[in-house]
Amino acid sequence: MKALVIGCGRVGSSIALQLDGEGWDVVVVDESEDALSRLGDHWPGSFLVGHGMDADLLRDAGIEDADAVVVATDGDNTNIVIGQVAQKRFDVQCVVVRVLDPARARFFRERGLRTVCPTSVAIETLMDAVRACEIPAAKAAG
Amino acid sequence: MYVLVAGGGKVGANVARSLLRLGHELTLIEQRRDTFERLEDEFEHQVKRGDATELYVLERAGIARPPDILLALTGDDEDNMVICQIAKEKYAVPKVIARVNDPRNQAHFDLLGISPTVCATARIMALVEHEVPEHDLIHLLELRRENLEIVEVQIDRDSPSAGKRVEGLSLPEGSRLISVMRNGKAEIAVGATTLEAGDQVLAILEPGKEDELRRVLLRS
Repeated sequence: MKALVIGCGRVGSSIALQLDGEGWDVVVVDESEDALSRLGDHWPGSFLVGHGMDADLLRDAGIEDADAVVVATDGDNTNIVIGQVAQKRFDVQCVVVRVLDPARARFFRERGLRTVCPTSVAIETLMDAVRACEIPAAKAAG
Repeated sequence: MYVLVAGGGKVGANVARSLLRLGHELTLIEQRRDTFERLEDEFEHQVKRGDATELYVLERAGIARPPDILLALTGDDEDNMVICQIAKEKYAVPKVIARVNDPRNQAHFDLLGISPTVCATARIMALVEHEVPEHDLIHLLELRRENLEIVEVQIDRDSPSAGKRVEGLSLPEGSRLISVMRNGKAEIAVGATTLEAGDQVLAILEPGKEDELRRVLLRS
């Protein structure tokens, strides 16, 4: 199975390494060549330097026969557009898009784009952590 | 008319100024602090500061009314696409116009159904083509919604089409000749029209058929 990971920051690089570990053929795309170092010294997959908005680059990266595309650059709108291009133009079935803004993540999720919002996840996790704190009964009442 | 303008750079500010001069009501949205402060001196309460791809910023600027038209004029194509999608599909803004900064992104705007678009670079390149004679096929007009374009070619002595009737040419599917200009006089191209060296021919075709048309008309 073949996966494209667009954006090789902290999130993208970890996903690429994990997918590789799970047996995927992984192609990573990032604007900066320096990002390759995040993949360690022995990255067995491919790495292309360029912008994920560039359809020719996506084709070179093999998007036409990719089973999954993960879009995780540091720009929400860039991710939203690349995700839709992968889905609508290249007909990739599994497209996962990181969107930090909960409002935009929700709007595009309702429209059929599989967005993941780390901000919402963080809010929920933090709220759970607060709720899990044991507050002495006397204080809670007062 | 109420207009929402996203992006207060050179393009956005000049458009806003022109619209106000015509007596329209508008809100201009600009994200960068220094640009915003300059705009505020001129546009006062009609400019709002914020990222126009954020829903709450758009709402503060009155997108829920909704405006009669939204202009996405930022210097960032992804932002312009997202702003237009949100405006049309969430707030039912009846009309949007988007600025395309990098002509390579035009296909993405088309894919997402964002139309009409304006790309200064593409317009300038079309005009350069029109002015530079070595380009043998000149793009005159793009009919984006129809997915057609109108081009002009000049037939010369060595062209395979010179001396042939239009009905005898194997024009590519999805193309048709419109008119022939000869000695300063234009005529509608019909099947019986014979092409001659020196003719300026207008053709309508689907984008991407230029090379086939060029082969039939200009060189074998």
